[in-house]
Order: sequence, then C-alpha cells, then structure tokens
Amino acid sequence: MDGIRAFFEMDGYGVYVWPAFAVTAIVLIGLALASLRTLRDNEETLESLQGQRRRRAPVAGGQADGTDGDGR
Amino acid sequence: MHRFANPNRFLRLTARILPWCALATAAAFIAGLYLALGVSPPDYQQGESVRIMYVHVPAAWMALSVYSFMAAASAVALIWKHPLADFAAKAAAPIGAGFTLIALVTGALWGQPSWGTWWVWDARLTSVLVLFFLYLGYIALVNAFDDPIRGAKAGAVLALVGFVNIPIIKFSVDWWNTLHQPASITRIGAPAIHSSMLTPLVLMALAFAGYFVCVLILRVRNEIAGRKIRALRLVQAQG
Repeated sequence: MDGIRAFFEMDGYGVYVWPAFAVTAIVLIGLALASLRTLRDNEETLESLQGQRRRRAPVAGGQADGTDGDGR
Repeated sequence: MHRFANPNRFLRLTARILPWCALATAAAFIAGLYLALGVSPPDYQQGESVRIMYVHVPAAWMALSVYSFMAAASAVALIWKHPLADFAAKAAAPIGAGFTLIALVTGALWGQPSWGTWWVWDARLTSVLVLFFLYLGYIALVNAFDDPIRGAKAGAVLALVGFVNIPIIKFSVDWWNTLHQPASITRIGAPAIHSSMLTPLVLMALAFAGYFVCVLILRVRNEIAGRKIRALRLVQAQG
C-alpha cells in the first residue's frame, strides 16, 4: 500500500504531475471523441442524402458530390 | 503528389492507414506512459516534478509543428487551389490548439514547483499564448464565412501571416532572457539528457505525432463529407 501511495504522492509533486497528465488526457481524448462523433454524424447525413438522390433519380449520371472524377 | 491529393483516393488510402495509425499511437502511449511515470528516474534538481516534461515538451513540439503544417497546407491551398490542402489546414487547427493548450497548462503546473510561479509574461510564454490565440482566431475566421471556400482562403492568409510567430517562439529562449530554459534536445551536438529520460520523451513525442495523424485523418474525412453534403443540399435546393 505504501508503494502505491508513494507513487501517487511523488514526494509532494503529485499535485502538479497528476493534473498535468490529467489535462493532457482530457484534451486529447475529448478532441478525438468529438472528431469521431462529428465524422459519424456527417457520414450518416451524407448517406441519407445520397440515398434520397438515388431513389429520386436512379439513373442520374455525373458526380454531384462536389468533386469531379479527378478530385478538383 | 497530385495523384495522392484526390479526395476519393485520400478516403480509400486513409481507410487503410487509420487502424494501423491508431494501433501504433496506442502502443507508443502505453510504452511512453509506463516509462515516463514508472521507470524513468526523478531529476536530481527537480525531483519528481520532471515527469511533467513527458507531456509538456511533446505538446509544445506539436503545437509548433502543427502550426507549421497548417501554414504549409495554406500555402499549397493558395498557390495550387487544391481543396484537400484547405481541408488539411482547417482540420489541423483544433488539434494544434489542443496541443498548445496542453503545453500552456502543463507549463504552468511545472512552473509553480520549479520557478515558484504559474505564469510570467516572458518571451517564450507570451509567444506561445499568442500562438494559442492565432489558432483560435484561425478557427473563428474560417467558420465566419457562409461560403467555405472564401473562409478557407481568409484562413490561409491568416495562417501564413501568423507563421512569423513560429521562429519567434523557437528562438525566444535564445534572443531574450526568459525564465524558460533553452532547448536541450534539438541542439547542436548530443542532447543534454540521459537516455533513461530521453527514451520515454521520444516515445511520448511519437505518440503525440501519431495522435495528430490519426485525428487529422478523421477530421479531413469529416471535411470531405461536409463538402459533399453541402453540394448535395445545393443540388436539392435547386430542384
């Protein structure tokens, strides 16, 4: 038990070290989760929009997704 | 290079890269954290507080690197008008802002035990705070336009103008008297740090860099999806 306690206290520097690692974890994990969630939401929206389009005009040619074949 | 900058090719390529990138990042984080918190020795002067270095230094490196990446992408976007370069710059900004915030907060938490103060208005700290505001300003500017292409263009100009701050940050510790110490790793000659501390530092730096690549891929994919949604909605609105 004393070993664990010493590990967290870090000679009294624990009050600085642990918040530093905690802030890092919160910012990095938060940003990654937020990025994942918006990506998932947008991909869902895109899929439903494309689905509507396909239903309405099943043989529509050309690319209306903002990119031509060459990506420009 | 243009072949790889095709959005659809980017989507295919990154779909394959992303799992490996995430795996490598996780491995580097686990190994780095284990060495940084468990194995590496306390500093003979700073004691255990030196462990803050393992998050502070990689975050500060990435804060500068991501801005440089953003400025380079902005230059490409302005010169060659490539949409993927705009997406990359826009996608990188919040990640860079996050790294800068980490560098500032962990720096304050390190400053208190080692300098006796959370904050001083010296050249290094102030220029990094300016970097944080540059990131926030860029994000606000890019999103302030109804037309995303105009927003990206305005943002690109800001990113390039703001790049002047990067050498100021880098050399601030040499040009002015600051409380902040000068570079110990990226200096001429061998790094002034023992391998028992250098190894976890390098691992954490790799983990941060891997994290950037992974989240950048997610955010660029999101930008591409957003642009497609916009185009489809415009087509819908027109009839």
